[in-house]
Amino acid sequence: MDNNTFILSKKVINISLIMIAIGLISLAYGYFGGLGAGRIAANILMNTFYFLGIALIGLFFVAVHAIAESGWQVSVQRIGEAMSRFIPVGGILLLALFSLGGLSSLYEWTHTEHLDAILLKKVGYLNVPFFMIRFFIYFAGWIILAWLIRKTSLKLDVDGDKFYFNRLRTVSAIFIVFYAVTSVTSSFDWLMSIDAHWFSTLYGWYVFSSMLASGTAVIIILLYVLKRMGYMTHVNAEHVHDLGKYLFGFSIFWAYLWFSQYMLIWYANIPEETVYFYTRLKYFNTIFFLNLVLNLAVPLLVLMTRNSKRMFAVLLPVSVVVFIGHWIDMYQIVMPGVVGKEAGIGLLEIGLTVGYAGLFILVFFHSLSKAPLVPKNHPYFKESIEYHTNY
Amino acid sequence: MSKFISAYYHDEEDLIKGVRQIRNQGIEPADVRTPFPVHGLDKAMGMKRSRLTRVAFAGGAIGGLIGFFFQAWVFTVAYPINFGGKPFFAVPSFMPVTFEMTVLFAAFSMVIAFFIHNKLGPGAKTIIYDEQVTDDRFQILIEADDLDEPEQQRIEKALKEAGAQGIQLTS
Repeated sequence: MDNNTFILSKKVINISLIMIAIGLISLAYGYFGGLGAGRIAANILMNTFYFLGIALIGLFFVAVHAIAESGWQVSVQRIGEAMSRFIPVGGILLLALFSLGGLSSLYEWTHTEHLDAILLKKVGYLNVPFFMIRFFIYFAGWIILAWLIRKTSLKLDVDGDKFYFNRLRTVSAIFIVFYAVTSVTSSFDWLMSIDAHWFSTLYGWYVFSSMLASGTAVIIILLYVLKRMGYMTHVNAEHVHDLGKYLFGFSIFWAYLWFSQYMLIWYANIPEETVYFYTRLKYFNTIFFLNLVLNLAVPLLVLMTRNSKRMFAVLLPVSVVVFIGHWIDMYQIVMPGVVGKEAGIGLLEIGLTVGYAGLFILVFFHSLSKAPLVPKNHPYFKESIEYHTNY
Repeated sequence: MSKFISAYYHDEEDLIKGVRQIRNQGIEPADVRTPFPVHGLDKAMGMKRSRLTRVAFAGGAIGGLIGFFFQAWVFTVAYPINFGGKPFFAVPSFMPVTFEMTVLFAAFSMVIAFFIHNKLGPGAKTIIYDEQVTDDRFQILIEADDLDEPEQQRIEKALKEAGAQGIQLTS
């Protein structure tokens, strides 16, 4: 079998189509089962943002290593590039949600006729026209830069021309700067404005670190799936080790930001700030602490030793746990503000997530089949293969 | 002071090859000295993984526990003060100090363990068998205290075959 080209098999397409069908069925169940527009909109927002974040981290992974001129990641670079192809899909889904009435069921500030004093002060930023303008700016930037990075990377693969190597670095640097701002403001727009009275300046980084951890977990899971299919044979324990280190580090980074946000609000004890944690601790108690166990305790304790980062037998279950854990994190970000104490995890929540995962892997594998799987002509490809890490 | 057979190399590629070759003949070098870190030398020498990480874990765990329980004792038993209506046993406010103590103890225990194990630190005597090793030469040291004459000759012959560019007895 030729290892260099990924062949999109019928089996993969069928599995992902079945998963999408499950998602659509559970969406229909939510719609006709009378679960309420708020809950459906919240589910769509949460899942779109979750998988959009994972796709953006795929692009971030490629870009940040291109700037750092690191060698080892070249062997898994195609995974990140293929993940980034979900960005336009996520954009279309979010646009559909916002234009089909999602705005009014999700965001309190869109009801301009009864705004209180606090929300009236925020009208300059939180109004529907400016919100949509920002939406299009984010997606225009992300899609164009993702396309440029992918195109440059493929051209670099033709003959390893140094010109494209430098251009990849330039485009990546532009993306990093753009994403540094937009990752914060987009999470302000789409997630923090659900609780429009509340604010936290750390919020954007907190959401970004959550995306970093879940995105890394997805890279590891997809790498494992590809290896099981017989591809990516050039990726060895050294590369897996580094991805494991990322998962370990980013999980701690997430906990650091989670705690920084929590402790300051807890310590200051100002009502307009504590309201955020009040609802979560009162009605989402289990979810709130489960979040910490899955996203901090499990990766911290299990991935601490060197061997556990090098073996898929340990790393893969932890990645799955972190993937689920950050889904729960996203759940406790979105649900309390939109649905309140009636929120639950039922068929709609789980089914829709399965549907989104199906859509994601369909886009991912389709994009993966479009380019050679091994960037053999990348200037750092040899370095990547001979790479070894001690600790 | 022990006696050593020392062999010189001028090139690190030859050195790694030489180390592999003498180890294949059952001669274990006591130490290999180089002017700069040589990639792959650890593997060629068959060195085991450092146990320093375990020291770090133990140190970090001790530091974290001391940090946490010292604060718990101070703020509940020894000198309870009401801070903004918070409970005396307020776990979130203990976390930064606990974290810092974990990092501090892990780092210090590693440095101290490293110094003790390698007999380094302030006042330690530097043992350099050959000044050239600090500049441009690589040196393999083989312990020669308990070696009889034929055994010593065997080792010297093996070293010569392994490409050593100069062999001598040092002490």
